[in-house]
Amino acid sequence: MDLSLSLEETRFRDELRAWLEQHAPKDWEHRHDGSIEEHFAFLRSWQKTLYDGGWAGISWPREYGGRGASLMQQVIFWQELARVSAPPMANVIGLGMVGPTIIAFGTEAQKARFLPGILSADEIWCQGFSEPNAGSDLAGLQSDGRLDGEHFVVNGQKVWTSYGWAADWCELVVRTDPTLPKHKGLTVMLVDMKSPGIEVRPLRQMTGESEFTEVFFRDVRVPVANVVGKVNQGWDVSIGTLMHERGTFGAGLQITYQRNIERLIELSRTIERGGRPAAEDPVIRQKLAQCYAEVQIMRVNQMRAFSRISSTGVPGPEGSIQKIFWSELNQRLQQIAQELLGPYGQLDAADQHAIDHGAWSYGYLRARGNTIEAGTSEIQRNIIGHFVLGLPRSY
Amino acid sequence: MHFGLSENQVILRDSAREFFAGECPMAFVRRAAESATAYDPQLWAQLAAQGYTGITIDEADGGVGLGIVELVLLMEEAGRALLPGPLFATVAMAGAVLDACANRALRHQYLAAIAHGDARSTLAFVEPASGWDRAALRLAANDGRLSGEKLFVPDAGVANTIVVVARDGVYAVDSHAPGVRITPMAGMDLTRKLYAVSLTEVAAEKLDAFAGLDRALDIATTALAAEMVGGMQRMLDVTVDYAKTRKQFGKPIGSFQAVQHQCADMYLETESARSAVYYAAVALQEGAADASAAASIAKLYASDACRTVGNRAIQIHGGMGFTWENDLHLYYRRAKASETVLGDATFHRERLARLVVDARR
Repeated sequence: MDLSLSLEETRFRDELRAWLEQHAPKDWEHRHDGSIEEHFAFLRSWQKTLYDGGWAGISWPREYGGRGASLMQQVIFWQELARVSAPPMANVIGLGMVGPTIIAFGTEAQKARFLPGILSADEIWCQGFSEPNAGSDLAGLQSDGRLDGEHFVVNGQKVWTSYGWAADWCELVVRTDPTLPKHKGLTVMLVDMKSPGIEVRPLRQMTGESEFTEVFFRDVRVPVANVVGKVNQGWDVSIGTLMHERGTFGAGLQITYQRNIERLIELSRTIERGGRPAAEDPVIRQKLAQCYAEVQIMRVNQMRAFSRISSTGVPGPEGSIQKIFWSELNQRLQQIAQELLGPYGQLDAADQHAIDHGAWSYGYLRARGNTIEAGTSEIQRNIIGHFVLGLPRSY
Repeated sequence: MHFGLSENQVILRDSAREFFAGECPMAFVRRAAESATAYDPQLWAQLAAQGYTGITIDEADGGVGLGIVELVLLMEEAGRALLPGPLFATVAMAGAVLDACANRALRHQYLAAIAHGDARSTLAFVEPASGWDRAALRLAANDGRLSGEKLFVPDAGVANTIVVVARDGVYAVDSHAPGVRITPMAGMDLTRKLYAVSLTEVAAEKLDAFAGLDRALDIATTALAAEMVGGMQRMLDVTVDYAKTRKQFGKPIGSFQAVQHQCADMYLETESARSAVYYAAVALQEGAADASAAASIAKLYASDACRTVGNRAIQIHGGMGFTWENDLHLYYRRAKASETVLGDATFHRERLARLVVDARR
């Protein structure tokens, strides 16, 4: 085992670190002025800055405008961005999921047409997968695409579509042959969000934000040339896209959690409990230590998994334990924060008494979604049960 | 960066697994459990011949000279097989302390005998009111002689040398010396026997370097957590096998999500404990700044996880899991006993708090 970075990895990290020092925006998290559109414009310009610096799409092959970074370099990338609390990129779905899918399954014409816009954030992407009646059971989706000459005519509804309100394009999966078994009749296509017949409605979350949208399709015409992969073989394309969802991104989350637990430890020295610092309270100490330990275990679990993927080439189903681990750990961490902060934990940014600009109130509510988004904990446990442990399918 | 086993480490692990499967099947474990000492001289000779008793002992002292990662891999496999007898006490407890605290001559004297399979040893730490808290120890030498009582000393009944941690230093005591009285304690773990060791004016050899004790205990703690990981892996494996074959309502019970998800959690807990153990081993091997924290993290997580995995395993086995005939209770007993050895989860959370909450003031 060698836990130190190689010479090449160190060089990569130092180069990125120096670049971020110069270019990463600071104190952007607590800016509450402006509309959501203005905020998104800010995220878009941040991605453009990354793009101009050669840091957008680092996992993409060089021939498609990426950096061809190794898995460990991708890990370092997310870690370093998290270390400087860099903003997310506007086109996170395009870079992380749609782009890799087009690279793997798309035609040369699609690659040439779409990949540059994804990298530069000139075209923002969303992903039309989930439906009101097809969440965990994605293959049960009902949106319908009928061939009509050189077009598919799409009707249906998608939901939980992140960035739907900002998107220029959508990677959409629809049922193109209802006579085939449910996994067989699906097709993935690239849809211009400005097409007639598309209606986007914001979906407000319990945090008060509207990250998500519902997207309605009424007789939307999509050129056959926009199909990714083969017609009726969209299931494999979709699964390919979802595999990217559980990539190296978690490495950045771990850094964020580490910062959060360290911040809680710091707060425990000034917050009083029973007339003395909470840091001296034996129960609080136990909880902080348990959480600190789990954040370290998240890191070493990831290190083992990344090393394994580096040598075998593909992320396997055992990646599901990372998803369960980070999502459930964040909920425990946020709960400990609430216990430590007491009544102050509930205050949001608008309140003058709020601690850390209301980050813990927001964090607690936002964490509730962690065990649902990107594959529920139940689905992850099904994946481990069936694909890792070899138990019979439960559904 | 590569956080995985080397080829040689994989070979060591696999050959240990094969060795224990052949020499330490459950029938053997059960015979040992029913014996007075759980010690088998023949098996001990084989453990020595394999180089296992001398795995981390310097080649100059007759050992194999491997590192802490190799030690934890061996202990993991021993734990998987529920190896009875004094290997852990001799190698990971007493051996680590002797290695860290004894001067060169004494180290050679004690460790060569262990490596060659001629001697067994153990560590006496806990006193009636101390737990694993070193600050609470009272026993101390008077004119070079030790008097007092140590409890919960593993495998003392078959140890040639008892390494005694006292308030004022670490001592090596000949178990047959006048004034040493060793009486069995009736512990829950049938495969690792516990003893009370009472010392009355016992002549003891003081080891020089008290300062090395912390690191030695960190190594022992990590090795114990590794042994627990092996036990967890075994409980997971037999439970998954059972869930695939046991049928109710016409289906394997493993097809029910209530069962399947428990198995998934057992997997998550086992793998997470393993990650923590491997990291602690590497950190100790390399003398990393966070090595002590890493050892505590490994033990606190393994202590809770091993118990939890045992609970899930028995629950999924249903009534069969609650029988004497089923092997699970032997692992379940070991898990509970190991939970407290070298400090339980609460102990190590407090220790970690001292390292990461207090240290930064």
